[in-house]
Amino acid sequence: MDAESKTTPASSRKYTDSALRLESVSKSFHAGGRSARALDNISFRARRGIVTGLIGPDGAGKTTLMRLVAGLLSPDQGQIHVLGIDALSEPQRVQSTVGYMPQRFGLYEDLSVQENLDLYADLHAVAQADRHARYADLMRMTGLAPFLNRLAGKLSGGMKQKLGLACSLVGSPPLLLLDEPTVGVDPVSRRELWSIVHRLVEERGATVLLSTAYLDEAERCAEVALMHDGKLLGQDDPAVFTRGLAGRSFHVFGTGISKRALQERLSAAPGVLDAIIQGSRVRVVTEQPVLPTAEQLGEREHGLEITPVAPRFEDSFVSLLKGSVQIAKTPPVRAMTSSATAATSNGSDVIVVSNLSRRFGDFYAVRDVNFTVKSGEIFGLLGANGAGKSTTFRMLCGLLPASEGSLRVAGVDLRRAAAKARERVGYMAQKFSLYGDLSVFENLRFFGAAYGLKGARQRARLGWALEEFELGAYADATSSDLPLGFKQRLALAVALMHEPDILFLDEPTSGVDPLGRRDFWRRINALAERGITIMVTTHFMEEAEYCDRLVIMAQGRILAEGTSEEMRARFRSDALPNPTMEDAFVALIGASENNRAGAAG
Amino acid sequence: MLHRVFALVVKELLAVLKDVKSRMVLVGPPIIQLVVFGYAANYDLNHVPFAVYNEDPSQPSRELVARFEGAPAFQEVARIHSDAEVGPLIDRRQALMVLHIDRRFSRDLLRGSAGHVQLILDGRNSNTALLLMGYANTILSDFDTWWSERHGGPKPPATLDIRARFNENLESRWFIVPGIVALLTQVVTLLVTALSVARERENGTFDQLLVTPMRPIDILLGKSIPGFLIGSVEATFIITAGVLWFGVPLRGGFVALYLGLFLFLLSVIGVGLMVSSLSVTQQQALLGTFLFMVPSIILSGFATPIANMPPMVQYLTYVNPMRYFLIVVRSVFLEGSSTRSLVPQYWPMMIIGFVTLAMAGWLFRRRLY
Amino acid sequence: MNRALIMRLRGLLRKESLQILRDPSSIAIAFVMPVVLLLIFGYGVSLDAKRVPLALVVEQPNRDTASFTAGFFQSPYFVPVRFSTVQEADAAMRARLVDGIVWLRSDFSRRMLSEGNAPIGLIVNGVDANNARLVEGYLQQVWADWLAKFAASQGLTLNMPVQADVRVWFNPAVASTDFLVPGLIAVIMTLTGALLTAMVVAREWERGTMESLLVTPASIHEIILSKLVPYFMLGMGGMILSVAMAVWLFEVPLRGSLWLLMASSSAFLLCALGMGLLISTVSKNQFVAGQIAIIVTFLPAFILSGFVFDIRSMPAAIRLITHIVAARYFVTILQSVFLAGNVWPVVLPNIFALILMAAIFLGLARHSARKSLE
Repeated sequence: MDAESKTTPASSRKYTDSALRLESVSKSFHAGGRSARALDNISFRARRGIVTGLIGPDGAGKTTLMRLVAGLLSPDQGQIHVLGIDALSEPQRVQSTVGYMPQRFGLYEDLSVQENLDLYADLHAVAQADRHARYADLMRMTGLAPFLNRLAGKLSGGMKQKLGLACSLVGSPPLLLLDEPTVGVDPVSRRELWSIVHRLVEERGATVLLSTAYLDEAERCAEVALMHDGKLLGQDDPAVFTRGLAGRSFHVFGTGISKRALQERLSAAPGVLDAIIQGSRVRVVTEQPVLPTAEQLGEREHGLEITPVAPRFEDSFVSLLKGSVQIAKTPPVRAMTSSATAATSNGSDVIVVSNLSRRFGDFYAVRDVNFTVKSGEIFGLLGANGAGKSTTFRMLCGLLPASEGSLRVAGVDLRRAAAKARERVGYMAQKFSLYGDLSVFENLRFFGAAYGLKGARQRARLGWALEEFELGAYADATSSDLPLGFKQRLALAVALMHEPDILFLDEPTSGVDPLGRRDFWRRINALAERGITIMVTTHFMEEAEYCDRLVIMAQGRILAEGTSEEMRARFRSDALPNPTMEDAFVALIGASENNRAGAAG
Repeated sequence: MLHRVFALVVKELLAVLKDVKSRMVLVGPPIIQLVVFGYAANYDLNHVPFAVYNEDPSQPSRELVARFEGAPAFQEVARIHSDAEVGPLIDRRQALMVLHIDRRFSRDLLRGSAGHVQLILDGRNSNTALLLMGYANTILSDFDTWWSERHGGPKPPATLDIRARFNENLESRWFIVPGIVALLTQVVTLLVTALSVARERENGTFDQLLVTPMRPIDILLGKSIPGFLIGSVEATFIITAGVLWFGVPLRGGFVALYLGLFLFLLSVIGVGLMVSSLSVTQQQALLGTFLFMVPSIILSGFATPIANMPPMVQYLTYVNPMRYFLIVVRSVFLEGSSTRSLVPQYWPMMIIGFVTLAMAGWLFRRRLY
Repeated sequence: MNRALIMRLRGLLRKESLQILRDPSSIAIAFVMPVVLLLIFGYGVSLDAKRVPLALVVEQPNRDTASFTAGFFQSPYFVPVRFSTVQEADAAMRARLVDGIVWLRSDFSRRMLSEGNAPIGLIVNGVDANNARLVEGYLQQVWADWLAKFAASQGLTLNMPVQADVRVWFNPAVASTDFLVPGLIAVIMTLTGALLTAMVVAREWERGTMESLLVTPASIHEIILSKLVPYFMLGMGGMILSVAMAVWLFEVPLRGSLWLLMASSSAFLLCALGMGLLISTVSKNQFVAGQIAIIVTFLPAFILSGFVFDIRSMPAAIRLITHIVAARYFVTILQSVFLAGNVWPVVLPNIFALILMAAIFLGLARHSARKSLE
């Protein structure tokens, strides 16, 4: 494969000193007569004394690989050596030596921070005399000292991850296996976790194998292994991956054409691998390292301003994927409906939220939130897990009563409104909640009927959904068996069956690979173009770019409101001439903490 | 509106029937429990081991022993010859009863005074002991009659003419099997309904359902009707098996039986949906079902009569729908009761059903988490 | 090496104990559930028919009938209600107001004096066959007492050729509480031993904590041992609580030694813990583990252990199945130790069976709980 040939020169040097060696490892899982190949003939090494990143979307096989290395699973075929120990014949020796942090923390939530640490110190038989110094060191790294007596279950997501990391470090392991330590963690904690990992490597010379689904974290690893669909796409220094894309990334700005229409055209243009919206511009990755002209991009009537930009890791991942998977160019999204509702994008207020609060006991999940969404807008609600996004969302949909304040969706409070008012709203729940035992067709038919569709209209909409979302081949498949990307499509189809003019999307892209996410946003853009109002929550900072306007939430409050450009512009400085959305977020959190400290002092 | 409810009913049935685990709950336990209860839950005694300690080897005593040996309830396992042997036999549970015939038994009998026998029973299982006592007394009084006739002794001034109504041969299976109709219908219907909302909550689909234009009453109906269908099929299956396989007579009419079944299902579904809307996870729903089910079965009169309970506990049984339905099934099966005579059982179930359903509907939307 | 082992075990045991202390649901299953079950069963389940409502139909009351019916008013087992016709009494029986009818016809007195053998009509409601049998027994008792009294009053020799002297050993009052409560202890210990353990271990799998525990120097033996010890203590705690309630609240005599009771309970508890561990390693999901535990341990302990239903009355095939129900052996021991005393010939083979089953279940649990996620 193209990707592998590129990595050969680099790989020759690292064979000499590897902490971890996998030789043509395969692993399948069997359940209910079906079997799934989780890992397909993987050969992989991790060098001593550096951070090796295992990067790929959910379902790529990262966790399976981690568990194989930890001796928790045994491979169908192949060899695994961990620090010179054969993991197949001596799993206990491997387990006694390495430090391991599973995806779901592995903490005892009903034990305190100190008790969790003591347990792992006992298990690794750390002598009492050494403990004091060891704990002090860990506290210095993680900053958990003030919370020693708090129950682990009462810690925030970021602190839980730090505690999990501390627990796996108590025994001073030479090799550390971290399975998605940064998933669902806010950007500030993410940066802190990374700095702990880097300090470990520098101060103790530890070897770290870390898996992540965030492509932007690749640049923090000394070496990355790209995984997709159980296969290793390549392994090398992250800079090597992006180097191959030099001169192929551009920003395109169109005058007299909306960014969404432009993106739609550009992604269909020949020679373009990838086109996504970034702020007011469209980021384009081309097949050849040549500055394209407007004509080449298939754009004649509007003036285009094309500037080259530095390639990102995600560009290389997408181009690698498109190269290996051979995906046909997706056709532009067709008209939503025959009786095209073509809602007038007159900019009236569709969602109005004022002084909204939600209390659970004496804890405010949402506090004094205000915003307005205009019709035909894509409005984003950004924040880490636990920031109050979902609570706000549930109140908007009428699933949860507000403690204080008022909210109006299309002029009514959905909690008290007549059933009829809910027909205007489409809702796509977190994790693509569908009836897993029902087939794709049965799900569509049921939700259609729930929204009052029947007879010819129901048949027409069913046909539309199956065709538009390319679900026809899966119509009779049980929906819990669908690949994640298809589940997402089905969930969106379900929400659109009754042609709503307001669409609520709760974390619609979590877990979906970059290609699936692009496809999804392409459809959302098309809907917005047609005047449908879209409200979306996400914890992917870079998805803010797709939103017309957004609010950033943390600890139940709104930190900032505006367009993504405005937010990034607020934090532009000499040190950071081109801040990302994440930079803006981290700076916002810092500012709000300073404010609060100032107010207190 | 009807269209929506119908769609929800179809969806619920598909969800229950397509899932292997729920199908198991519907098919496995009913058959196992029908067999186990129908055969194992039995108070009738057969072949109870007993020992004979006959100190009077004579014709009358042999006649008496022969009568015990001939009874299907008893089976002689030992003959002993000293007092010292009695203790170990009973202690070790080798014999549940010892028939001890006095040394002067036949002499006393022939002299016209009472011949003495002693029955020593193992009281560890009090019910078995009481039943054995009854069997033994019957054999002894038959012997009395026989002896009096043969030897022209004075007749007793009056004799007992015992008859049992409705269950002439006193078969406990006739009592247990109609009870299983109530028991299993409750278990299955409760599980189906109690898990239905909790499963949707856990999977996140309940939110999606609440966001649709469906009203709480539509959801309530859509969630209840599948319970009715499944419960009725289940009950019909057990009723058929009871009549055809276990040979229990069905003397009453279907109207009286199915009206009772309908009202019973109404109240059970109400309880199930209430448990379901109170719980966030399926596990909590299962625990809630268990917490309701155990006392409701024990305090229903299924295995032991309500009349034997202390008065405080008896008051508690008035809120238990199974109490009323058990009376309905058993009366319709064995007594052939009419619909009119069962009205006092019908209305409490109806009230329980309406109250619990109303609360479930209210809880659907109120539940915060 | 040894020091490390002790340190690991101490750490694991401390963790388990802290978790039990902080989790209200384990405390509830271990201590509240036994109390509730004992109360429900102790008070709710009784096979002793007392104060049975009985219809008396005396078509022509006189001295003879009065002497007979007086027995019912004195008996603790009956609450007689008078009816003037048998039709009324029949209606009352259908309405479940009375459980039986005693019918003395108008010619009772005449036939009694002239020919003897005057029939006394007795009709019992046979729907509840067991109850009906017990009522029949009580009725015979009343009749026999009356015969004796009648004979004495006439100055005649006794008409009953055979006089039976019935002695019920161990439970002279034939109280069902005395036999149900000891058996209930087996059911309760199954609940703590198997259900609680299965759910707790499954919870470790579900929350992912087992995964991090596995990737430590702790061996699978140590992890199993650290689960066994605290839940063994918890189960014994529940057992002592139940025994205390049985003896002091329900006044069940404890004739055997407490020491023997503890020893056999330990053997049974190990069995139950073994089953619990086995179930949790098979399912690794609290919901499924709970369901399996109820179906394969709790229900059999209830129905097939001889706790309520006598195993002897079951068909041969089902009797055979009861041999693999651990609770069966324990119920036998409990009923003997409580009511009969240290009957070694009963206790020894049953304890042996329990120890054998405990060894099998623990061995299987150990075998299936490999340090792996498969």
